[in-house]
Order: sequence, then structure tokens, then C-alpha cells
Amino acid sequence: MPLPIPPILSYALRRLIQSIPVVILIMIGTFLLLKLAPGDTVDALVGDMGGADAAFIERLRAEYGLDQPVWVQLWRYMVKLASFDFGWSFVYEQPVATVLLDRLGNTLLLMATSLSLAFTIGVALGAIAARRVYSLTDNVISTLGLIFYATPSFFLSLMMMLVFSVKLGWLPVGGIKTIAGFYTGWDHVLDVARHLVMPTAALSLIYLSFYLRLMRASVLEVADLDYVRTAKAKGAGEARLMFHHIMRNALLPVVTLLGLQFSTVLGGSVVVETIFTLPGLGQLAYQSVVQRDMNTLMGIIFLCAIIVVIVNFVTDLLYARLDSRIELK
Amino acid sequence: MTEAILDIRDLRIALPKGSDRPYALDGLSLSVASGEIVCLVGESGSGKSLTAGAVMRLLPEPSVRVSGGSIQFEGDDLLSFSETAMRDIRGNRISMIFQEPMTALNPQKTVGWQIDEVLRLHMKASRAERRAHALEMLDRVHIPDPPSAYNAYPHQISGGQRQRVMIAMALSLSPRLIIADEPTTALDVTTQLQILKLIRELQREDGAGVLFITHDFGVVAEIADKVVVLRQGEVVEQGPADEVLNNPQHPYTRTLIASVPDLKPPVPKPVSDPPVVLSARGLKKTFGARGGLLSGKRRAVTAVKDLSFKLHRGETLGVVGESGSGKTTVSRIVTRLLDADQGAVELDGKDLLACSPRELRAMRKHIQMVFQDPMASLNPRKRVVDLIAQGPIVHGVPPERAREKARKLLEMVELSPAAADRFPHEFSGGQRQRIGIARALALEPRVIVADEPVSALDVSVQAQVLQLLADLRDRLDLSLLFVTHDLRVAAQLCDRIMVMQKGEVVEAGPTADVFANPQHPYTRNLLSSIPGKDWTPPVRGIDAA
Repeated sequence: MPLPIPPILSYALRRLIQSIPVVILIMIGTFLLLKLAPGDTVDALVGDMGGADAAFIERLRAEYGLDQPVWVQLWRYMVKLASFDFGWSFVYEQPVATVLLDRLGNTLLLMATSLSLAFTIGVALGAIAARRVYSLTDNVISTLGLIFYATPSFFLSLMMMLVFSVKLGWLPVGGIKTIAGFYTGWDHVLDVARHLVMPTAALSLIYLSFYLRLMRASVLEVADLDYVRTAKAKGAGEARLMFHHIMRNALLPVVTLLGLQFSTVLGGSVVVETIFTLPGLGQLAYQSVVQRDMNTLMGIIFLCAIIVVIVNFVTDLLYARLDSRIELK
Repeated sequence: MTEAILDIRDLRIALPKGSDRPYALDGLSLSVASGEIVCLVGESGSGKSLTAGAVMRLLPEPSVRVSGGSIQFEGDDLLSFSETAMRDIRGNRISMIFQEPMTALNPQKTVGWQIDEVLRLHMKASRAERRAHALEMLDRVHIPDPPSAYNAYPHQISGGQRQRVMIAMALSLSPRLIIADEPTTALDVTTQLQILKLIRELQREDGAGVLFITHDFGVVAEIADKVVVLRQGEVVEQGPADEVLNNPQHPYTRTLIASVPDLKPPVPKPVSDPPVVLSARGLKKTFGARGGLLSGKRRAVTAVKDLSFKLHRGETLGVVGESGSGKTTVSRIVTRLLDADQGAVELDGKDLLACSPRELRAMRKHIQMVFQDPMASLNPRKRVVDLIAQGPIVHGVPPERAREKARKLLEMVELSPAAADRFPHEFSGGQRQRIGIARALALEPRVIVADEPVSALDVSVQAQVLQLLADLRDRLDLSLLFVTHDLRVAAQLCDRIMVMQKGEVVEAGPTADVFANPQHPYTRNLLSSIPGKDWTPPVRGIDAA
């Protein structure tokens, strides 16, 4: 029986249609939640100015449409969003889209490096620990995993900063590139990489421990299965068992976790970016909350929702690729 | 006989401290000559699979290890071999066929890849030569259309075909010794017979020796040249198959053989025409037909189509058929664990399928189930007395009285009253099934629906549980709807049987008539596939030993 060609296009289209109501619901929910919080953009602006008279505040509210009922505001926002108009950031005096695009690259870079490092190293260490279960190697790896797991990323960030930047002076304290460095070509890449070392380490270590623990458990489980015994009975050696029979099957739950965690890594980047003053979406989100920059905040959430939807889709595709039993329908 | 290929002497396998016995195997000696099939028979826990593990040197060391004796394979001492040397032997000169064809193949690799792996490991040949050889092997095990099977994943072919692939893999390098560990236990009876024939046919062609591990005397009768009976790690009897099967010497062997259900159905009860307790009319159930707006259509599977039957008081109606015939679906519909698409089920004249949820709860009292897996169907966190009393308490019996009654029921299913305060895991499989029966009886049902209640049990335990069911049925005037794949079991207990194939009843009638004079070709095929049907066990009844 030949494998039918996966009807991937119709699948992708269906997934796209299914994700539209999800995103709309997220946006409505967030909008209403944000409206529940006390204070709005005008309060924050006026606070920055050191106060203003009531008539001015009133006029400002009317100008921004903030005097309308919440439902009207929501309707207007959603209508604009439908044409990908994120509105104007009153804090940055720029269209929200511009502000977001400026920052998106940095966040994606941080997340991609952190997650791929965490995944690769975590999976490798987990597999090694499982194949030498209860040995010294396993104990060391498992204990390290536990320590990473238990250390909050803000604490790790501050300690690394203290050791590597302040005491040893090896790495820059924050930012994404040396200010007034004007590097080009490989020097620029190297400069950015140096700035990313600590944020990446802080963000990836905790996720690394997730993958490590899950992979260890998964390999232990798969290694006991009948088909691994069959492979042994065929005369397969350790390397062959590991790479051809155990790994691919053991990876399946880990890949699920990878997809699920993408959104939490987005959340984790808020802390790490803020500490390392990395100009990314996380830091922007934090500042927007403080300054009640509703439009920017909504824009960030929209972007995150889209990213999570895309990542989940990719995970499902990956899953179907890894597990021959799954057919996309 | 020719020279022995495998010669095991005084083999002893040590178990870790704290096990129920110090040695899994204690002083096992046996030999397998070329062209010979030696059956190693025993119940669960007898150490038969560990014997295979020891020969393959695949025991879960160091917790379970060989602690004495020798294993000679073609004159070499296997126990002295290095791991590398063993790797050369495994799959090449000694190969293995495992029980579960579904789980024994890697789900992520194609059939072809998995056969090719053996060749790659032990043979110097080009890719094209290996492929040709694999295709030839698939053809030898009678798989239709080898090239497409070669490219298929295990989940895309049937259970019987998977087991053929397993055999193709095991035999592809013409091993001197084949170890088959319950290779047909998970298969339907017709497939089982084909696989047994296939193993014998290929083994004759290659002149290999076979060590065949099984718990089923029917299979032994079908295939064995020599039999070794194992109990708790010790050999109690061994000899030519003919002698052991027809003239067993050791009491344990006699008990085992006596427990094999007879193929002779019970004498039909005198016709008294008792009232109908449960009847079904025109039941229909289709799975997977639903298709939402966005979720694409799935192919519908008709599990039951237009099924009707009547169950009289005090009668046992057997529902027999192979996997996928729809027999479990029937049992679930009549207990309303599953809703039928069409049809009616009447219990004492009241339509069960038309009941409101409230009425249904009251009706459930009258129809109870006994499930296949007694371990999985009893809540592990509850004491036995509470498990049994739970039903009556739900139906309004005061807790104290329900518990009191639960203790009496334990006596009825021949368990000691002390069992009441223990947990399910403290019992053996047979005892757990007794608890399951007591639980079903607690509500004083009119009908008991038993879905494969003995298929997870060892043969000697199985005989006892069947006896208990028959006794209770007669004592309490119960009606039994008995679902089974095992025709021997059906023959022993059922007054009438209905044979199902692909959701339809192809034949129904008094068990004795159906067995003696089957009308439908499918029934004939089923009956002629029963392993060891030409062998009549010499000892009968549980107390024969």
C-alpha cells in the first residue's frame, strides 16, 4: 500500500480558517481585560506632563476616541485591525506597525537561538542520561537539570551579569549591539552574538531542563518497548538502536512540548529582555503596560497570537513528518 | 534424531532479591535438534520467556542473570561469548519471533527497511541484492503483493501480515535456531492456523530447529515434535509430543491438559421454553461517519448491521467471532455503554434504548457486565468490599447492609472473607476476575454480559472461572450473554451461539448443532482452524489430576 500524498494544502487552508476565530477571540478578550485596568493613555501622558486641567484632558480623550463607550471603541479597533491597521502609538509618536517591526527581529532572534539551543542540548543530554540510567553521568545531568529548572531566569540573568560583565568584563551588560560601534559585515554579526550570549543562556537553561527531563523519561520508556527488543534480537548495536529505533519515537512528546512552549518562551522573553535592555517585543510589552500604550500592547498581543498559531501549525506538520502513523486530514 | 543445535544444561536464572522466588529458572535442561520443533509450555510466570532471553543473551541484566548451567549452540558455549560475538549471532544464526506483531515492529520504519536491517547487519550485499532478497522473503511468507508491502508501514497492514513480516525477518538469513515466543497468541484463530502452518513449512525447508514457547495446548498439539512442561521455573515433564499430550505423567501436566476446554458442547438442556429476558431487534451501529463542517469526511465502519437475538432465562448465549466482527460492540449496545444508531433492546419487555437517563439508571441494575481485564476494570484505590458494595449503595441500599452482602458474595465466588479488606493488586488474575463477578452479582441482575471474561487468564484458572460462571448461572437462574473469540471456551459454556462476521450474524443455533454441523462457510472455517482440534485431551474435568 503506497502512502497517499498528504493533502497538505487543503489542510493548511482549513487550519488557517480555524485560527481566525481564535485570534479574534484573543483580541476581544485582551481588549476588554485591558479596559478593566485603571488608567488609560491620557492618564499616563498627563502624568508625564506633570498634570493638566480637566478641559484639556477631556479634549485629549475625545481626540483619541477614549470618551466613547467600550463597545464602540472595541468595534472601531476590530474594524481597523481587520485591515491590519494597528493604529498610532501615542508614546512613540509612530504607527504601531513601525514600532513592532523594529523590535520583532530582535525577539525572534533571541527566541530562535534560545529554543534551538535548549532543544538540541536538552534532547542530547536527556538521551545520554537515559541510556546510562542511575549512573554517575545520569546523576550529574539530572541534578544539573533540576538546578536549571529551579533557578528563576531573572536571578540567573542578574548573577551572570554580575560575574561576566561586572567582575570579569567579558560580555556587554545589555543592548543588542555596541552603541556607536558602527560595525559592518561579520564584525556586526559577532557584536550582536556577544550581546546575545547572556540573554540566550538565561532564557534557554530553564527550557533546556524541560526537554532534558522529558527526553530522559521518553527514551527510558521507548527503550523498553517490544520493537527495540526486536532490533536487539536482530543483532543491532547500541548506536543503531539509539538512532534508528529509539530517538525518533522518543522525540514525539518532546516535539509537542516544543510547540506548546513557544508561547511561554515569548512570555519569558519579557523578563529577560527587560533585564538586558534588549530592544525586543518583550521589553516593549513591559513599557507599553507601564505607559498604558494600549495600541502598541494590542499590537504585540496580536503578533504573539499569530506567531503561536503559526508555530502550532508547524509543530503539527513536523509531527506528521516524524510519526508515520499520522496522516494530515 | 540428528545432532542437537541447542543444548541447555541445568540452566539457572537468578531473580533480584525480594522476588517471590530466588530463581526464575531452576535447573532447566532441554535440547533442540535440527528440523525439530520443541514446545516449551507453561503458565504465566513459569519462566518460559526468560529461557528465550537467556539463549539470546538479552536478559535485563544485572537484575535478572544466568547464575548457573550452560547453553551450547552448535557446540559453542553461548554464555562465554562477548557482546560483539553475540551480536553476530542474533538475527543471523539464532533469530526470534515475538508475540505482539503490532508492537514488535518499529512504527516509524517501513516493512522493507526493517527486513533490510537484518540483511545490512549480517550480510555483505548491495542494496539491490538485499532488496531482491527481502522481496523474496515476503513472497515466501505468502504476503500478497510483496513490493507494496515492502513500502508499507506496519500500521498499514493487518495483524496477520505483520506476523508474516516478523517471520520473514526472522528467517531471512536461514538461521539454525528459531525462537518463537507465543507467536500466534495475539492473532485470530484462522490467522493463527495459517501462521502455524507457515512456521512449520519454512522450518522444514531450511531444516532449522525451533524452540516454540506457548501456553496453549491446542497449539502444542498442532505443531510440536517434543514438549517441555515448565512450572515455576522447574521442568516437570518432557518427552515426545505424542506421549506428553496423550499420556501425561506428572499431576501438573494432567491438570493443565484437563483444563483445556473440550470441543464437545454441553448436552442441550431439556426444552422447557423459559421466558425471554433480553431481546434485541434490528441493531445497527456505524462508527466514524460523522463529518463536521471543516473536519473532512472519514470512512464509515459498520460495526453491527441488523442484528437480532433473544436470550432466555437461565440460558447462555455465546457471541463468537474474530476481531473486528462487532461482538464487543453488541455487548456495549445491550448494556447501553454505547448508543445504537437503530434498533431496540428489550429487557423484560421494556425498551432499554428508549429509556430516559433516570429510568436507565434503575434499569442498569438488571443488566451487569464482567469485563476482560480484571486489573484494569477494578479501581486500584478501593478495597474489595467497597468495590462490590458500590453498586447497591448507588441504588439506595444502606451502606452497612451493602457491605455485609458484599462479604457474602465473596463467599459465593469462592474467595475467603478476609479478601474483603484488601486491594485489587493483592490478588491473582483469576481471583480478580472472581471479584469482578461478585461486583456484577451485587445488584442481583437478571442478565450478565461477559466480554471475554477469561481470555486474560491462564488455562487452569480459566477452567475454574468458567466453572464458577456456570454454577452461578444455574444457582441464580441468570442469563448470560457471553462474548468470546475462543471457540473452545464457547463450546464449554454456551447453550446457543451466534457466529458474527463483519457485523452480521452468519449462523446461530444450539452450540451442539453448530459445532456438529456448521452451515456457513465462515463457521466451518473457524471450527477447522481451532488449534489441536484433532487431539482429544485424555484427561477431563478439573479434578482429573
